[in-house]
Amino acid sequence: MTAPLDAPESAQHAEPEAIARGRRDAASRSLTQIAWRRLRRDPVALGGGVFVALLILVAVFAPLLTHWFGHPPNQFHQDLIDPATQGVLKDPDDPWSGIDPTGGMSAEHLLGLEPVNGRDLFSRIVYGARISLLVAFLSTLLCVVIGTLLGVLAGYLGGWVDTVISRTMDIFLAFPLLLFAIALAGVIPDDAFGLSSNALRIAVLVFIIGFFSWPYIGRIVRGQTLTLREREFVEAARSMGAGTGHILFREILPNLVAPILVYATLLIPTNILFEAALSFLGVGVNPPTPTWGGMLSESLDYYPVAPHFVIIPGLAIFVTVLAFNLFGDGLRDAFDPRSSD
Amino acid sequence: MGFAAFGAAAALMLTACGGDSGESGDGGNGAAFDQGSTEVVNPSDAAGGTLRYAISANMESTDPGNTYYGYVWNFSRYYARTLLTYAAAPGQAGTELVPDLAAEMPEVSDDGTEWTVKIQEGLKYEDGSEIVAEDIKYAIARSNFGDQALPNGPKYFQQLLDEDDYDGPYGGGDPLEGFDAIETPDDHTLVFHLKEPFADFLYVLAQPQTAPVPADADKGEQYQTRVGSSGPYKFEDDYTPGDGLVLVRNEEWDAETDPIRTALPDRITVEEGVEQNEIDQRLVNGELDVDLAGTGLGPAMKGQLVGDEEARANLDNPTTGAHFYLNVNTKVEPLDNLACRQAIQYAVGREGIQRAYGGELGGEIATQVLPPDIPGADPSYDPYEAASGKPSVEKAKEKMEECGHPDGFDVNIGVRSDRPAEVDAVEAIQQSLAEAGINAEIKGYPSDTYTNTQAGSPDFVADNKLGLTYYGWMADWPSGYGYMSSILDGDAIKDAGNSNISELDDPEINKLFDEVISVEDPEEQAQIYAEIDRLVMENAAILPGVFQKSVIYRPDNLTNVFFNPSWHMYDYMTLGTTETE
Repeated sequence: MTAPLDAPESAQHAEPEAIARGRRDAASRSLTQIAWRRLRRDPVALGGGVFVALLILVAVFAPLLTHWFGHPPNQFHQDLIDPATQGVLKDPDDPWSGIDPTGGMSAEHLLGLEPVNGRDLFSRIVYGARISLLVAFLSTLLCVVIGTLLGVLAGYLGGWVDTVISRTMDIFLAFPLLLFAIALAGVIPDDAFGLSSNALRIAVLVFIIGFFSWPYIGRIVRGQTLTLREREFVEAARSMGAGTGHILFREILPNLVAPILVYATLLIPTNILFEAALSFLGVGVNPPTPTWGGMLSESLDYYPVAPHFVIIPGLAIFVTVLAFNLFGDGLRDAFDPRSSD
Repeated sequence: MGFAAFGAAAALMLTACGGDSGESGDGGNGAAFDQGSTEVVNPSDAAGGTLRYAISANMESTDPGNTYYGYVWNFSRYYARTLLTYAAAPGQAGTELVPDLAAEMPEVSDDGTEWTVKIQEGLKYEDGSEIVAEDIKYAIARSNFGDQALPNGPKYFQQLLDEDDYDGPYGGGDPLEGFDAIETPDDHTLVFHLKEPFADFLYVLAQPQTAPVPADADKGEQYQTRVGSSGPYKFEDDYTPGDGLVLVRNEEWDAETDPIRTALPDRITVEEGVEQNEIDQRLVNGELDVDLAGTGLGPAMKGQLVGDEEARANLDNPTTGAHFYLNVNTKVEPLDNLACRQAIQYAVGREGIQRAYGGELGGEIATQVLPPDIPGADPSYDPYEAASGKPSVEKAKEKMEECGHPDGFDVNIGVRSDRPAEVDAVEAIQQSLAEAGINAEIKGYPSDTYTNTQAGSPDFVADNKLGLTYYGWMADWPSGYGYMSSILDGDAIKDAGNSNISELDDPEINKLFDEVISVEDPEEQAQIYAEIDRLVMENAAILPGVFQKSVIYRPDNLTNVFFNPSWHMYDYMTLGTTETE
C-alpha cells in the first residue's frame, strides 16, 4: 500500500478525510520502518549492500590503498615481462623460464601484472572502480531526474502531453544507442563546454548513458502517477485549491520515492555494464587511465599469456553488478506492500 | 636498425636448429626458425594432393577486379593471370616484376606517357576460348571507370590514364565505346596512354585488375560466383560467400607459358569463417596447410609457440611491410619549431614501442621511414641514435633548450584506443617523454573514424592540438614512391582522410617527388627516395617506431615454402604438399 510520506497540513482539517489521512499517516511512517526491518532480515540483499558500500570506500580511498598495498597504477614493471610472449615470466632472470600462469601474483603484486608493460593489476582495478562507479552513479542520477520529471508530467497531465512524452520514450528506447555513442565520441572535440580531456569524456559518457536510459524510469513513474492521481488524497488536495506544482511535488512525488529508489538501484549495474561496453569499444576515457571495461577490452588480445588479465576485471564487473542487483532486488521486495512481513 | 635484433635472431636460429635435429622424423624437414623468410623451405616437385586454406572472415571477393587485400591478390593468381606479376623467389628477388600474360616486359615511349604491352599468343580460358587484349582492357574498365565501377579495388588506372569522359562499361551499348586511353591495335597488343609520366606504372600492371575478363561473361560484382579461369586452376562449383571455395585443375592452362606457377596440388580448398584460434590449432595439428589471410598466428598460438624452443623450427618471422610510427605535426605548437620536434625524436626510447609488438619477434626498431625491403632504404641511417632502443635524454634536453622550452612542454598524442598494441606503444612513449620533462596526454579515438575524421583531418588536428599521432603505413607496391608519396608529399595533404598527418610541406621534398616520377633508372630512383627519407628525418616530421614482423606457422607437409616480400606472405603459387595421395 502506497501513501504519502508527508501529509499536507491543509488535508488534516477536513472531515472525514482527516481521520482516514491520520490512519494512513500512521501506516506510512512505519512502511519505511517495515522495509528497513525486512531488508535487515534479508542476508543476501544486505550482503550486496555491504559490498557496494565497501566498493565505494575502495574507490574513494584508492590512492591510500595503492600506497599501502600496490604501486602507482601507471608504473611499468617491464623487467618482469618476457618481451616475446608479453606475459609475466616465472623467473625474471631467465627468459626461457616460461610464463607464470598466475600472472605474477605475489605479496608485491596482489593481483599480478598486466602483460606487455607490467603495470600492477591491483592498483588498476582499484582505480578502475572510480571511473566505473562515478559514471554509473552520475548517469543514473541524470536518468532518474529526467525520467521522474517527464514521467510525472506525462502521468498527471495526460492528454497531448502524455502522448508526446510517451512517444518520445518509445523513440529513445528504439534508439541504436551504442552506434550513436561511437559516432558522438568521434565528433566531440577534446575541449568543449569548458571541460577538457577525461573530464569531458566522463561527461559525455554520463550524458549518453543517462540521457538515453531515462525512459526506463520514465515509464514506471508515469504508470505509478496514473494510479496516484485518481486517489482520494490527490483529489482532496485538488479540491482544496492546490496548484499543479504542489500536487506533483508535494503529493505525488513523495509516493514515488520507493519505486524510484528501487529502479535506480537496478539501473546502476546496467549502467556499469554500459560504461564497460563503451570503454570496450574504445570510446571511454583516455589511456592510461584504468577502467574495467577498457582493461577487459585490452585483455582479450593477451588472454593466452595472461588469463588473469581477463578474469580479474571481468570478475570485478561481474561481482559489482551482482551486488547491486541483489541489493536492488532486496530493496524492491522490502518496499513491496504485497510481500508478507 | 637493430644490430641487436639481428644478433638475437641469429642466436635463436642456432638453438632452433639444435633443438630440431632430434625431432625431425616423419614430416620434419629439418627447417630452422625463420628459414622461410629468406630461402625456399622443403623444395619439392611432387605433384598431387589437396592444399587446404582457411580464413577467419569471408574472402573479400574472389573477383580479381574487385579486391584490395593482398591475400586475394596473391591467391587469385591461381585462376587469374595478370599482365605482370612478381617473381616467385624469396628475399629481394621476389620484388622483381616478370611478365605473366605479357610476352615480355612492356616498352615505354621516350616521353614516358605511352606504354606498350604485348601479350602471349595462344593463351586460353578454361572454356578453350582465346585470351585477347580487349578482355584485359575491359577488365581495367570495369574495375576503374564510372559510377558503377567495382567498389573494392584501388583506382590507379583511373587516376593515371589520360581519360576524361569515359563513364564505364555498365552504361549500356558498346561497353568500351569512348575508352581511348587504352588502345588494342590487335588481339595481342595493349597501348596505355598516361596523363603524365609515372615511373611506377609497371607495378600497377601487376595488379589483379589486369586479369582478363571477357565483356560477355561479366556480371558485375556477381562475377565472383564463377571467375573464368586463365590460370592453372578453375572453380569446381559456383562460389557463394561464406561457403568456401574449391579449385580444381584447368586443363587448358599451359605450363610452358607460365614463369611462376608450379601448380603442384590437384585440388585447392578454402574454408571461410573459421575462427583464428581454430585455424592456428589445426595448422599445428596438420589439419590445415595455410592461413589464407597471411597475417600469421593469432596471439593465443603465438604466445604458446614462441616460448617453446622446439616449436620455433616451424615458425617464420618476416617483416610485414608495415611501419608503425609517430607523426610529429609541423604546424601544432610547439612542434612547429624544428628543435622541439627533434627533442621528441631524442626523448622517445624505441624499445617501449617494440615491446608493444612482442619484442624482437614482433618488430625491428626503425630509424628511418622506408621499410628495409624497399629500394632506397638505408637501415644504417640513424640520425637520432634510436637503434639502441634507449632514449637520449641529454640530447633531448639540449634541443628543448634550443626551442625555448628548457623545462619541458605539453603535447597530445592521438591513438586508436581499440587497438591494444598501439595503446601499449603510446603509453610507453608517454613515459619515455615524461623522463625528459615533456608532458604528453593521450587522446584515444575509435579506429573506424581515426584515419578519416581525427588524425586524418588537419582541422581536427589543429583544433585539438594533436601534435603527435600514432599511425601505421603499408605500401601497395614495393617502391619508394608507392610508400612515401601519400604520407610525405606536401601536395598530398587533404581535408579529410589525410595521410600526410605531420602536414610536412617542404618545397625540397615536394620537388623531389615531382621529379622522381619521370626518372626511369631504378638506381637513380632509389637514390632520390633515400634523399627524401633523409630530408624527412632532418625535418623530424616522422618518428620511426618499428617495422612490424609477423610470426607465421609453417607446417611440415608444406613444400616450396618461402616468404615473398611483395605480398608480405608466403608465395602461394609455388606451394605444394607432401601428402599427395
